[in-house]
Amino acid sequence: MGATKSLQKSENELADANRQLEILSNGIFQNGELPTFARKIKESNQFPLRPRTLEILQINVGYMCNQVCDHCHVDAGPDRKEIMTWETMELCLEVIRNTGAHTLDLTGGAPEMNPHFRRFVEEASKAGIKDFIVRSNLTIIRANKKYYDLPEFFKKHNVHVISSMPHWTKGKTDKQRGDGVFDKSIKALQDLNAIGYGMPDSDLRLDLVYNPSGAFLPGDQASMEKDFKKALLEDFGIQFHNLFAITNLPIARFLDYLIASENYEDYMYQLVEAYNPTAVANVMCTNTISISWDGWLYDCDFNQMLGLKVNSKVKHISEYNEKVLNNRDIVISQHCYGCTAGAGSSCQGTVT
Amino acid sequence: MADQYYDPKDLRKFGKITEWSEELGTKFFDYYSTVFEEGALTAREKSLIALAVAHTEQCPYCIDAYTKDGLQKGITKEEMMEAVHVGAAIKSGATLVHGVMMMNKVNKLDG
Repeated sequence: MGATKSLQKSENELADANRQLEILSNGIFQNGELPTFARKIKESNQFPLRPRTLEILQINVGYMCNQVCDHCHVDAGPDRKEIMTWETMELCLEVIRNTGAHTLDLTGGAPEMNPHFRRFVEEASKAGIKDFIVRSNLTIIRANKKYYDLPEFFKKHNVHVISSMPHWTKGKTDKQRGDGVFDKSIKALQDLNAIGYGMPDSDLRLDLVYNPSGAFLPGDQASMEKDFKKALLEDFGIQFHNLFAITNLPIARFLDYLIASENYEDYMYQLVEAYNPTAVANVMCTNTISISWDGWLYDCDFNQMLGLKVNSKVKHISEYNEKVLNNRDIVISQHCYGCTAGAGSSCQGTVT
Repeated sequence: MADQYYDPKDLRKFGKITEWSEELGTKFFDYYSTVFEEGALTAREKSLIALAVAHTEQCPYCIDAYTKDGLQKGITKEEMMEAVHVGAAIKSGATLVHGVMMMNKVNKLDG
């Protein structure tokens, strides 16, 4: 562990999404040792996976990030140059104004690094979306003076902040997200608390995301939330609303780590053994559309990173049609086991 | 028989124990899962006890399982090592306290 460059910059073979898909389809899944995801959901009569009502529009405004986290499924980092243009944002705004979805979820990279981020948030917040999420990595708030006022900016636009925090201890956090990340994250959380974010009776929502630092699945979300709340309050006086426990999906940098550490097969066994058919009914691809920095449409952010566009006549934001899009089969591969293990996993935490 | 007594992959087959004695196997696994539920002790505390006992029993499967279980529960490596030391202290203490038997015997025979 301890990445400094993206897989793309390092010219790692896993920067190629097709190579990742090959790995996920070969070996233990090809020789029948483990069932493919398609076979598994067929057993519970859930194939093909189909969308329910659209609830969440998730927009990835760029892969650039100030951090290079070991587990990152986006392969984000300072060396990634893919950034959503204002022209594409305007197309997104048109969709946001007319969508039936109640939640808008901005992600990245560090979404705040997109040069049009603030203008986009200002415009999008006028659309009257019920829940407007920005996935902030926290350290961006302390990365440069020009970002110091982000908490106030978020508050002004009633943005729901969701931030990653792999552990309440410095060692485990810095191991996954880089040296110094823990201290900066704590300071950023204190800044957010100071203006009301995360306080028990506050409408300014502040949630944290926990994902494991290694080749193991997350524990019980409610228990983890209790432990996080106790430790962060006692040690740093920090408060937040909910903790979302998210399973690491075996793609991009986490897949690279699994293979390099010889944990890949064992991890896939863990995912398959923890398969929960109840979670399948509620996986996030059934209520979400993911939009990439260049306007392509995907079933989820993970499919976006694997280059698996939606299986629909409508594939790009420029031709967006919610009714047509909702009548599609969801594209699946073995990485989908990550969302159906145990209590299930999504960008909003467990799904059961 | 494989050329080694312990194979990490055998841990995945533990559930198959039930196939050769369904009633006893099922009773065992029901009991086992109930024991580890949250009760007067938290699931976290039980995981640390299991890890310590796994070491005193020197069971590779259990060490594998409860190290992973601890990580899943957010238990730190410092906490895990302290638990292992508790097990080690009891194990060595249990050896040493038998020294009193030796002393009693010596005192009786040659005191």
